[in-house]
Amino acid sequence: MVNGAPVAAEVEDRTLLVHFVRETAGLTATNVGCDTTSCGACTVLLDGESVKSCTVLAAQADGRQVTTVEGLAGPGGELHPMQRAFRAEHGLQCGFCTPGMVMASVSLLQENPHPTEAEVRAGLEGNLCRCTGYHNIVRAVLAAAELEVTGSAGPAEERAS
Amino acid sequence: MSILGTRVVRTEDPRLLTAGGTYTDDLRLPELARALRVTFVRSPVAHAEITGIDAKTALDSPGVVAVLTAADADDLPPAAGRPTTEPLLAADRVRYVGEPVAIVLTEDSYQGEDAAELVSVDYQPLAAVVGVDAALADESLLFPAAGSNVLRSGGDPAPDGAFAGCDVVVQRTFPNQRVAPVPLEVRAAAATWADGRLTLWASTQNAQQARDQVAGALGLDAAAVRVITPDVGGGFGAKIATDRDTIVVAWAARRLGRPLRWVETRNENLLGMVHGRAQRHTITIGGSRDGRILAYHLDIIQDSGAYPRGGTFLPGLTQLMASGVYDLAYCGAAFRSVLTTTTPIGAYRGAGRPEATAAIERAVDLFAAEIGMDPAEVRRRNVVAPEAFPYTTASGAVYDTGDYAAALDAVLAGAGYAGLRAEQARRRALSRQGQGGPAQLGIGLASYVEITAGDYSDGETSRVVVDATGAATVYTGSSPHGQGHQTAFAMLVTDQLGIPMDRITVIHGDTDQVPHGVGTYGSRSLQLGGTAVHQAAIQVKDQAREVAAGMIEASAADLELDTASGTWQVRGDPETALSWAAVAAQAGPDGLSAEVDFRAASPTFPFGAHLAVVEVDTQTGKATLIRHVTVDDAGKVLNPVLAEGQRHGGIAQGAAQALLEEVRYDAEGNPLTSTLADYAAITATELPSFELLAMETPTSVNALGVKGIGEAGTIGATPAVLNAVIDAVAHLGVRHIDMPATPQRIWAAINEAKGSV
Amino acid sequence: MIPAPFSYRRADSVAEALDLITEYGDDGKFLAGGHSLLPLMKLRLAMPEVLIDLGPVRELSYIREEDGHIAIGALTRHHDLEHSELLARSVPLLAHAAGQVGDPQVRHRGTIGGSLAHSDPASDLPATVLALDATLMARGPAGLREIPAADFFQGLFETVLEPDELLTEIRVPVPAPDAAGWSFQKFTKRAIDWAIVGVAVQGRAVALVNMAGTPVRAAGVERALAAGAAPAEAAAHAAEGTSPGDDINASPAYREHLARVLVERALVEAQVV
Repeated sequence: MVNGAPVAAEVEDRTLLVHFVRETAGLTATNVGCDTTSCGACTVLLDGESVKSCTVLAAQADGRQVTTVEGLAGPGGELHPMQRAFRAEHGLQCGFCTPGMVMASVSLLQENPHPTEAEVRAGLEGNLCRCTGYHNIVRAVLAAAELEVTGSAGPAEERAS
Repeated sequence: MSILGTRVVRTEDPRLLTAGGTYTDDLRLPELARALRVTFVRSPVAHAEITGIDAKTALDSPGVVAVLTAADADDLPPAAGRPTTEPLLAADRVRYVGEPVAIVLTEDSYQGEDAAELVSVDYQPLAAVVGVDAALADESLLFPAAGSNVLRSGGDPAPDGAFAGCDVVVQRTFPNQRVAPVPLEVRAAAATWADGRLTLWASTQNAQQARDQVAGALGLDAAAVRVITPDVGGGFGAKIATDRDTIVVAWAARRLGRPLRWVETRNENLLGMVHGRAQRHTITIGGSRDGRILAYHLDIIQDSGAYPRGGTFLPGLTQLMASGVYDLAYCGAAFRSVLTTTTPIGAYRGAGRPEATAAIERAVDLFAAEIGMDPAEVRRRNVVAPEAFPYTTASGAVYDTGDYAAALDAVLAGAGYAGLRAEQARRRALSRQGQGGPAQLGIGLASYVEITAGDYSDGETSRVVVDATGAATVYTGSSPHGQGHQTAFAMLVTDQLGIPMDRITVIHGDTDQVPHGVGTYGSRSLQLGGTAVHQAAIQVKDQAREVAAGMIEASAADLELDTASGTWQVRGDPETALSWAAVAAQAGPDGLSAEVDFRAASPTFPFGAHLAVVEVDTQTGKATLIRHVTVDDAGKVLNPVLAEGQRHGGIAQGAAQALLEEVRYDAEGNPLTSTLADYAAITATELPSFELLAMETPTSVNALGVKGIGEAGTIGATPAVLNAVIDAVAHLGVRHIDMPATPQRIWAAINEAKGSV
Repeated sequence: MIPAPFSYRRADSVAEALDLITEYGDDGKFLAGGHSLLPLMKLRLAMPEVLIDLGPVRELSYIREEDGHIAIGALTRHHDLEHSELLARSVPLLAHAAGQVGDPQVRHRGTIGGSLAHSDPASDLPATVLALDATLMARGPAGLREIPAADFFQGLFETVLEPDELLTEIRVPVPAPDAAGWSFQKFTKRAIDWAIVGVAVQGRAVALVNMAGTPVRAAGVERALAAGAAPAEAAAHAAEGTSPGDDINASPAYREHLARVLVERALVEAQVV
């Protein structure tokens, strides 16, 4: 299942999960950024836990639940608190690392709902970003933790359009 | 109240956060549905003659449709004819590990990787040339016909007597090491050839320049080439225009008459995308014991890599900015660019200016240490005074506006300098008594000025259109790869026209829609591209005023635009209100439109100061950046959200060069850092949150009063962090540590200062 | 970037896994979490013909208190070790070390058995189980084998496991009260990196990460401790009997220095008397 919908296909045994998601399931938000399991751009949730989908065979995910950033928003398109927080805090610039970064952050908060700044940084050690210097990504994750706790609109979006 | 200067979250983000961007490898267009995949065969050796290429086994591999080499490139115009001209696919010689030699075209990408391994290339090894000393020795020449590995030189050594009046003269040689840009999105392209026209999708910062380059390389008229820029996942200067790999893809699409697509691996990216920096600096700084710097000379040896790309112009920028923020009786610089059997050097965030700042900021600290004066005080005594602007440097740069002392004072105050020095002293005192832990504090400064829109006379284009629905479209030659132009340029239009942001579309990067433009690099987009948008919007407003006046049968002088509601009316008479839609419809079938090609009269010079606080574990040598405080004054700030983001990203890359990152080769030219496991790209755990202070000293060079911010963070951060590391162990006798200041280097410096091995 | 072609087989049980490895012999390789093996395969440094996926073998994922030891199924993930309350109480060194492996995504996939069978001396867990004097249980066609950690690692990517053997369990003795002190020191340039040098201490057992072709016990340190030396004195012996590598991150001399510094810090933190 990918984002709640079954995707079935016959693929080469060596097909990486990231390519299954991008090519077979047609969900291109998840990106490939490296060859050595270093950058985290390919991070998705596998049965709710963050994994680097470039280092999982599609076959290993057979029968399991995969969640990508495309599957985060609500049924009516309501942004997930993490998506809202990344936008409010300018936690993305070119956007290439963002799907993986968001999924890693979602998993981080699931396991540690009230992280300190240091815990956020440690929790994202496996995700590279070249544009933001991480400053606003950290703010976004901390803001999302607030949003999830308070359920409120969170940081004001000045002049959002 | 104007929207300019206010915090506006980005309009780009909802799409990027939900569906993800559409980067070149994400394209799923009908015209690419049957595209073959391109996989490059690259040289595994640094320097060799190619004596044969055998593709037979590869051709039999599953899914292989073709294997192409330089021998197949008989449909191209003759090359430029200089001995050092870079080929598309290497023909007789390879000059760096990773140089493209052949391409394999397959049905799918997995097959491509299999087949590329089966292309058999015979290499007759030649002596590798690694490092500038080997290059200068001219024993092994990359281009025998050129006669030397020295590509270019410029400037002059210091004249006799330049340092004669100095109490103190310090000379030191140190590297500004080779680094890799590492955009998260690697290089990618897709191409189709149909009806005599090439369509090329490329991850580029400059679609129009890419078009011209590809057309020239393929012997086509520019009109026969269309370049489309999808979303670009970071560029940092390394994706300026295009390079040989992308041109090969375009060529092969025409040759085969099949659509093609290509995306490299990260390993290929670390070998095949340009590297940055790679200069060796020899600084000579002299002055008097009262802290006055009298003379400074910078000698630069630029490692250009295997071909003349950035190596030809980057050291000239370093030379131009050599004097930094200081008012010096004598400042001179000289450079030589040399060829080595390594990846070519290109522009990388700062492109020649971080090098200049790193050199002089290190020199100032060395001078300060020599005379025993606080480095903040030395800077204060030597920066160009605020009354001295416009200020002409020895190199001929004319700094427009600046207040370097104010920037320095702001970071010192913002960081609590006195308190930091006190804490440093406290820890040092404890350590003298054999108490306290191993962690010592270092405080490092950098004062900087840099040149943005250095190509100001090339300008930037914009066309603004308001249509009969009242929506606006901005066509811009600027080309974002994360900077937020969509938001920024929409802000400029809404500010002038009162059309809401969500009714403004910004179009860039498609040469059919924007045939003329320069693109985004050199921190030029807002001051050039933004001014063009601003001017075009004003022209549209002027047109609309005339049209509206005609519709209301009033005098244009009586018409006013209410930007809050986006309506035209006779001043004081709301009954006459007309919407943009109505006015645009009245203007004609194409609505209202204006086109501007804005050429500035000069570049601009943003400036600032960085203060880094570092903790060094004096037992292990590990340095940790714990605080980083900056002023980055780029004139008026259009959108603080975007400006801060640019500063953050620059600081991270700057700190990374000071502490961690280095591209390394062994003596045979084999790369040692060609994966992201080995190349130490900085992560969130190595960085603190940054403390950004606000300062805006407008420029009069453009109507918006803006300079460029994109590269400033990198320029200020590297020397501040390095100076902090050295400061942390200065009490142990350390005067200098080469970048990157890795734990081993810091440990070795401490030992050397102690006199032990 | 993409592994060379291979065939994929899935095992639902230990028995099936052993049948499959017997069937494929030298052509077959077990796949656990895949975060040691797949990266090598993607770089084409390893090219097994057949991968036998142990993912579905639930029966090997457990952490149980048994008679004087903790029994850990070989397919227990680093994440589960890191967050195990039982381990936090009884063998905190192992829980902590597991939490140092890679990054959170890696820890959601990687397994202790996979890491140990992979035998990279720069990994965190091999030295940890060595310091803990763990016993590794391996099952093959000839039956069940008990292998002391001290005998298990033979070299880079080399263990005493036969090609047709499957690591099934790691038995970790619960440290005695007078050996309860522990410390794990991992020195890196970046948090995400492999250890340049690492130290695992449990009581007076001291094991080193990345100081030789296998994890090694710092025998000189242990002898000094047994003779009553204080941490600083004992740590001076840290590099004895080691053969640290020379690479872009560190020279052998620097590694030896780090070993001494980190051993001292570990002994102090573990409050080794």
